[in-house]
Formats: sequence, structure tokens, C-alpha cells
Amino acid sequence: MTATDLGEARLRELRQLAIENRRLILRAIHRAKAGHLGGPLSCTDMLIALYFEVLRIDPTRPRWEERDRFVLSKGHSSIALYAAMALRGYLPIDELFTFDAIDSRLQGHPDMTALPGLDMSTGSLGQGLSPGVGMALGARFLGKDFRTWVMVGDGDAQEGQIWEAAMVASRYDLDNLTAILDLNGLQQVGWPTEAGYTARARRPPLDQPRERWEAFGWQVLECDGHEIGAFIGACEEARRIRGRPGVIIAHTVKGKGISFMEGEHVWHAKPITDEELAIGLAELDAQEATLAEAVPG
Amino acid sequence: MSGPAAVVYRTGESYAQRDVFGQTLLELVEEDPRVVVLDGDLANSTRSEIVAKARPDRFFMMGIAEQNMAGVAAGMATLGLIPWCVSFACFIANRDLDQLRVVVAQPRLNVKLAGGYSGLLTGKSGKTHQDVSDIATLRAMPNMIVIAPADAVEVAAAMRAANAHDGPVYVRLTRDASPTIFGPDYRFEIGRAVIVREGNDVTIISTGVQTIRALEAADLLAAEGIGAHVLHVPTVKPLDTDAVAAAAQRTGRVVTAEDHTIIGGLGAAVAETLGELAPTPMRRVGIRDTFGESAPNDELLEKYGLTPRHVAEAAREVLRAGDQERGAASRGRP
Repeated sequence: MTATDLGEARLRELRQLAIENRRLILRAIHRAKAGHLGGPLSCTDMLIALYFEVLRIDPTRPRWEERDRFVLSKGHSSIALYAAMALRGYLPIDELFTFDAIDSRLQGHPDMTALPGLDMSTGSLGQGLSPGVGMALGARFLGKDFRTWVMVGDGDAQEGQIWEAAMVASRYDLDNLTAILDLNGLQQVGWPTEAGYTARARRPPLDQPRERWEAFGWQVLECDGHEIGAFIGACEEARRIRGRPGVIIAHTVKGKGISFMEGEHVWHAKPITDEELAIGLAELDAQEATLAEAVPG
Repeated sequence: MSGPAAVVYRTGESYAQRDVFGQTLLELVEEDPRVVVLDGDLANSTRSEIVAKARPDRFFMMGIAEQNMAGVAAGMATLGLIPWCVSFACFIANRDLDQLRVVVAQPRLNVKLAGGYSGLLTGKSGKTHQDVSDIATLRAMPNMIVIAPADAVEVAAAMRAANAHDGPVYVRLTRDASPTIFGPDYRFEIGRAVIVREGNDVTIISTGVQTIRALEAADLLAAEGIGAHVLHVPTVKPLDTDAVAAAAQRTGRVVTAEDHTIIGGLGAAVAETLGELAPTPMRRVGIRDTFGESAPNDELLEKYGLTPRHVAEAAREVLRAGDQERGAASRGRP
């Protein structure tokens, strides 16, 4: 499937949902007075695509045995996942405002024991791909045809365990496993450039991602992680890979959609003030208006 | 399911725990279609190769990558499988500790962990391969059950109980042969301690293969007219606190014994329990805050103070000191 196959009207709906997802992220983090923003905003378009188009899921049956599995290895982007799941009908939208609160099902990092629909608990980085390998290996062992999707961050992929998992996945030719690398180019602190830490710039978390994954025996696809149509097309292409696991390297912008957060590592995790919230929501309103104007006729 | 008949282990005969482990693992594979085995490239040492040879369809080589192995097991467990992760204790309880914490223990997934070659007796491989703190490490982890069986009968029974339990279990195993003390009618229950010898003068509380040496210590003491009461504690967590308190109160003097550091292990668990329930003069026999080294088993036991003679000496000491401490208490002094 390509973007055109999906249809412009549906794509517009998905873009609209992504704007709403960003709105919910900003409001929930503002309410919680804590949490991550940059990473959730970089993976939002992909999460909307996954939960509304790509994954074989049924929100009314979160434990359906034949469902596709999804693991958010970059667990600190939980609020983006919760928002997408809420929009998809897994939980009430209002529940997003319990994020990080005592007794909430929406823990700072995804807790599968708290919220049905989460296929794995994550948060300690580097740990999501291995359970994905276990799900894919187990699916083959049990003769099940669901697909396992794991979203990995570029900082997340600094952990050695990601590469242990990548090695084992290709040893077992797991073509029912797809990794999605959210290559947003920043991490919490990161390495300085030659100009040091005073400049905005940082060295990217992961050099030569394509070569790395290929060296580990994975088939590599690349796309713009904010172009929903292109990303869905890459997911469909990933489904057709045979004989080895596939990874979609999604080029993204940390903080995407909010001008003052884009590419700014300080927005990795930072409370948002009332004024910043107002500016951010106004920007999202403007994006929504532009999207509406683009409707032909 | 039909499968190989369970092997019977004869009382008094010696069996290596690892051989019993491999055989029982195969029995579980044949009996329970949910059981799969993940190996960290030590199958010939741990004897999980028995499964690899007989049922290759149920055996998954994970290579030398224990962190990934734990995560793969967690993912498989979410599908209703029962993965047994097999490696040496030193790797199971250390190399993948954060993985056990986050994707096994926190979500309480049904993953079984078999740590072979625990304690000092690892076939001369030295301190890197001797885990003297695995009980302490995994006992402190919420949701984790810790079992250290004493003999062949108990290894088989504990593995069956672990497999039947829904949740993470660590089974601490040893490498070499030890005599069988339990009969064929022995019933193992997670969380239940068992009196293996009755006596009224001093209580020895031990776990794992050290219970064999505790019984030998009881023989040494009996020759001197001292009656040792020996409580074997295969499940270090959850600890059978009632049995521990009762055994302590029976004699008023306690010695703990384990092939493990005295910090955080069985001795610590008993001290914590008695401190709250039944304060009792006690001594801990175990490794004293140090790492091991490469050497033959008997020389290691001697140097690190784990022989029956060391256990018996600790019993005599607590008997002497207990008298003094009681005397001091009766005089109203600390």
C-alpha cells in the first residue's frame, strides 16, 4: 500500500488525529507537571498510523490472542502511546489527565499489569526488542500469524541489549517481527560536538543506523516518520519481507509540531508552563486550520 | 501427555544436581506443552542439552546474551508459554538483573530461572563463575521466589512445583554430586521448610546442598552428646517464618548454614525473622563478605568455612555464648 492507495480523505483524518494526539500530550504533561515531550512528539504520527491503520487490533478485546503485538521500547514516550490508545478507544480520553498520578493506570512508563492493551512493560531502555523477539519466536512456535512491532528509540539503541536481540532475531529469520527506529537525533544529554555543550547541536545518538541494522542481518526500510502515508507504506512493505526481520528507520524531529520544542534537547523531559501550553495549543490549532483549508472543494 | 517415566532417585545414592535438572527439564517438556527451554550457550554444562537432543523443537539457543534471553523469555511468557532460562547462577542473577526486574518480576511473568553452578563449587572456574550472592540479590527482588534444593529428589520436586507456580521462580542449583536425603514419598511445597533431623540442644537452619553438610555436622555433635535439630529451608523466599521461629524456640540457639555470603542470604533472612518473632542467640555459617577462587571443592569448603566441622563448631560456640548471653540477660544487663 502507498499513501495514494489509502486515499487523501483518510490521510487527512489521520493527520487530524495526530494533531489531537499532540494536543492531548501537551495538556496531560501540563497537568502532571512532569513527563517527557520531545520523544512523544517525535513518534506521534507513527503511533496514530499504527493504532488506526497498521496494527491488527480490536480495542474492545485488548487480550485478543490473534492481535498484533506492539512494544514501545522507548517507554518514556508513554504519554504519546496512551493518547493514541485513548483516541482509538482503549481508555477514556479523560483518563489521560491521571497520567503519573497515584493509582493511575497510566504510569510514567508503560506498565502492562496496570493497563490492558499494553503488550509489555518497558521503561528501562534497551529492553523492548527482546520481548518482541520472544513474541515473534513464540508466535511461530504456536503457529500464530500475528505480527510483532517494536518501536525503538535512537538513544534506546545505545543499550547493548538491542543488538543482542537484533542478532538473535536474524539468527531465527524472524520475518514476523518489525522494528521501527524513531530516529529523532537527540537524547537526554548526548555527546557534544566540537563546539562543546554550549551549542545547540549534539552528535546524533546513533551513527550509521542503516549500516548497523544491515550488518545484523535485518532488511532496512527508510521513511519520513511524520509523513503518515509514507510510514504506512513502509509498514506494508515490512509485512512483505520474507526470511529475515525488517526495520523501518523513521526520520523524525524531536518535539515535532511545536516550534519551540523541535530539535531542542532540553524538551526531552520538562514541565510545560501555562504560557508555553497556550502557545503550543495555538500552533496546533493553526495546523488544524491549515489541514481543513486543504480539503478540496 | 505420554513421556518418559519420571526417574526415581534412591535415598543415599549420589546424583549431580545438573544431571537431575536436565532429566527433569525433559520430563517437564514432555508433560507440559507450554514448556520451552532457552539456553545461554551452556547447555552441555547445565545439562539442558538433554532437552536439546531429545526435543530440539522445544529448545531455543539464545547464545551468549543473557539480557536478551531474559527479555525473550518474558515475551514468550506473554503468549502463555513457560520459558525456562538456563545458565550459570552468576549470569542469571547478575548479567540480566535489570531485565529480570523490569520485564520478568515487575509484570510477574511466568518465567523460570535455573541458575546452575551456584556457590563456591563450580569446577575450579574461580570467582567470576562463583555466585556467592545470588540468593541475596534475587531475594530482595519483589515478586521473585527463590528455591535452593538439597538433593536429587528435591531438585526434581522443586522444578515441578516451580513449573506449576504462575510467576517468576529462581531455582538455585549446584554442579556436583551429593547424596540423596529425601525418600520417594517426599512432598515439596514452595514456601515450606522441612525438619530433617530432630534434636533439643541446638537448631541448625540450612538451605541447598549445605543441608547435607549440616546433617553431617549433626552427626559430629551427636557423638559429643549434643542433639542438633536441623531445619532445611529450600524456599529462601517466601521464607517459612513459622517453621523458622518454632525451630529456634525449640532449642533457644540457632546456627544457619549456606554456600553463600552471610550478608543477605539465608542467615540474614533467618536473623531478620527471629529478630522480629523470636530473638535467639545465633551464628551464621557462610561466606564472610569475600569472593571465592579456583580450587578443588574440599579445599574451598575448608578455606571458606563451610565444612560440617565448621558448622559443628558454630553450634558449640552458640551453645557457649548462649549460656553467657542468657546469664547477662538474667542479671539485667545488655
